[in-house]
Amino acid sequence: MNFIVCIKQVPGTTEVKIDPKTNTLIREGVESIVNPFDSYAIEEGLRLKERIGGKVTVISMGPPQAESALREALSMGCDEAILLTDPAFAGSDTLATSYTLACGIGKIGEFDLVICGKQAIDGDTAQVGPGIAEKLGVPAITYVKKIEEINETRIKVERMMEEGYEVIETGLPALITVVKEINEPRLPSLKGMVRARKAEIHMWKASDIACEKSRIGQAGSPTIVNRIFSPSPRKGGEILVGDPEEQAQKLVDKLRQARVI
Amino acid sequence: MEYFLSEEQKMICELARRIAEEKIKPVREHYDETEEFPWPIVQELAKVDLCGVYIPEEYGGTGGGVFELCLAVEELCKIDGGIALVLAATALATFPIMLFGNEEQKKKYLPDDAAGKKLAAFALTESGAGSDATAIQTAAKKEGDSYILNGTKCFITNGGEAQIYIVIAMTDKTKGSRGASAFIVEKDTHGFSFGKKEKKMGIRGSATRELIFNECKIPQDNLLGREGQGFIIALKTFDVSRPGVAAQALGIAAGALEDAINYSRERVQFGQSISSFQAIQHLLADMATEVEASRALIYATARMIDNDPKIRVTKEAAMCKLLASDVAMKVTTDAVQVYGGYGYMREYPMEKRMRDAKITQIYEGTNQVMRNEIALALIKEAARAKK
Repeated sequence: MNFIVCIKQVPGTTEVKIDPKTNTLIREGVESIVNPFDSYAIEEGLRLKERIGGKVTVISMGPPQAESALREALSMGCDEAILLTDPAFAGSDTLATSYTLACGIGKIGEFDLVICGKQAIDGDTAQVGPGIAEKLGVPAITYVKKIEEINETRIKVERMMEEGYEVIETGLPALITVVKEINEPRLPSLKGMVRARKAEIHMWKASDIACEKSRIGQAGSPTIVNRIFSPSPRKGGEILVGDPEEQAQKLVDKLRQARVI
Repeated sequence: MEYFLSEEQKMICELARRIAEEKIKPVREHYDETEEFPWPIVQELAKVDLCGVYIPEEYGGTGGGVFELCLAVEELCKIDGGIALVLAATALATFPIMLFGNEEQKKKYLPDDAAGKKLAAFALTESGAGSDATAIQTAAKKEGDSYILNGTKCFITNGGEAQIYIVIAMTDKTKGSRGASAFIVEKDTHGFSFGKKEKKMGIRGSATRELIFNECKIPQDNLLGREGQGFIIALKTFDVSRPGVAAQALGIAAGALEDAINYSRERVQFGQSISSFQAIQHLLADMATEVEASRALIYATARMIDNDPKIRVTKEAAMCKLLASDVAMKVTTDAVQVYGGYGYMREYPMEKRMRDAKITQIYEGTNQVMRNEIALALIKEAARAKK
């Protein structure tokens, strides 16, 4: 079976700095990593391959330096890597990104299952996975925490909910996004790292993937970002002092004042 | 210091660092307290190919040498000086097969070592034969196409856990040091059992056990090298394995230094971080200088061995072990001092390093024996130069 894993290279921190002029991430000086949720997607792809056989292709859209994220995926055991990279892709929002990735997957050809992380830790939108499924015209199941069964034609998964989980079955091909509960990603192996260093990463430009110019990059991105900011941290609370009785009295007074009780 | 490591060597360091940080650090206290054997860590090392870094590719390794082994051991020991012994002690018993094994023996044993499927152990020491190794009593008697082993080995690292044992036994007592031979003995061989498991001061995540041979019959194909070569095999093995023990000591010291520097910057006394006091600064400066000197000597020696296996390295290998282990003892003691009272508490990782460091001055030849070997080599070299 053919498994396709979509990954994104992200800054290795959740405290990203934003360029106030362009409203985009400042990537300089920040170490880049594979989006942690995508590591679970890679691992699940590899486990499926080990379980039922097949091939794992990893795909990403990004600047040329995103190649290192793909090499990490190869060092973990993925068979092939594709980087969609073209200045024309720059400024893509989630709509354009999912369209572009879907076009890339279209060029790969036949696939049975696309696996994505539930979201990226930089943007946190969780939109690209379902977006790709929409463009590919396949069912999407988000927040998968376990693949119960899979065969040539069907997949049955557990989908994480706030309380409990749903069991969903659908036909293949399909797309799933996975949560961290699904597995524990392996470390790359030394032999894998050596192999990955020499491996060829396929670099595909816009002209390689049969996409419409109006639907990629800035042109294909209707999202307008007015301002990005970190919410100001919560101020320290008030600590009530005195013996327990006093404290309780003070607390009740405060709550009454605030008309909570 | 820049040592101009190759890409692959850097990868080994990175992988070992990740295993140490992600897999060993969370459990190091557990293994120290319980003295359990760290099998889950063995599996982690195996999965990322770190068990075979010093074994040729044709036998399933990644084709590195002593240097690659030292790099991996150093990184692992920065976090835990005991657990890494699963790798270093297996190497100690794998080197004799690499150096003296015939093709069948190499094919049979090396791939499993490289894949981390099996661990190995080297058995020379006996209760009455430590530094005086030639006093060993374990005997191997030829009977038809077999050897019958009788005797007891003690303090054997990986004992009881390893599948493959290199055992040095006397095949002809009348020949003295030329009367010993080396054998490969597999676990579960009839007549081979394990005695008491030692309770140790440090390296408690490593198993140290007695091996008991009672009419233990092994096929003659398991003789390593030739009869009478036992001590030569042991000595040649130590020449290539001692840098590994030195790397263990180096890792313990380097880990202690790193933590001590960080701690000194965080710990505030008299209204300032203790790193601002010259008394602490000078301690750290001496520690760092000695750690770097050990590293430079170990790396140079390991590269010497890997570049030309024919060069005699007895002196340099002994120097590595001597310097690095003495440095480890001093640096870990000073690191505890930097931590003050907290350093003495088992809640912090420092006192353990001091306990772990001590063994490196003792095993694979005490540092007194190291000095003997170095001096002997010096005198021989001088005599040769005179001729």
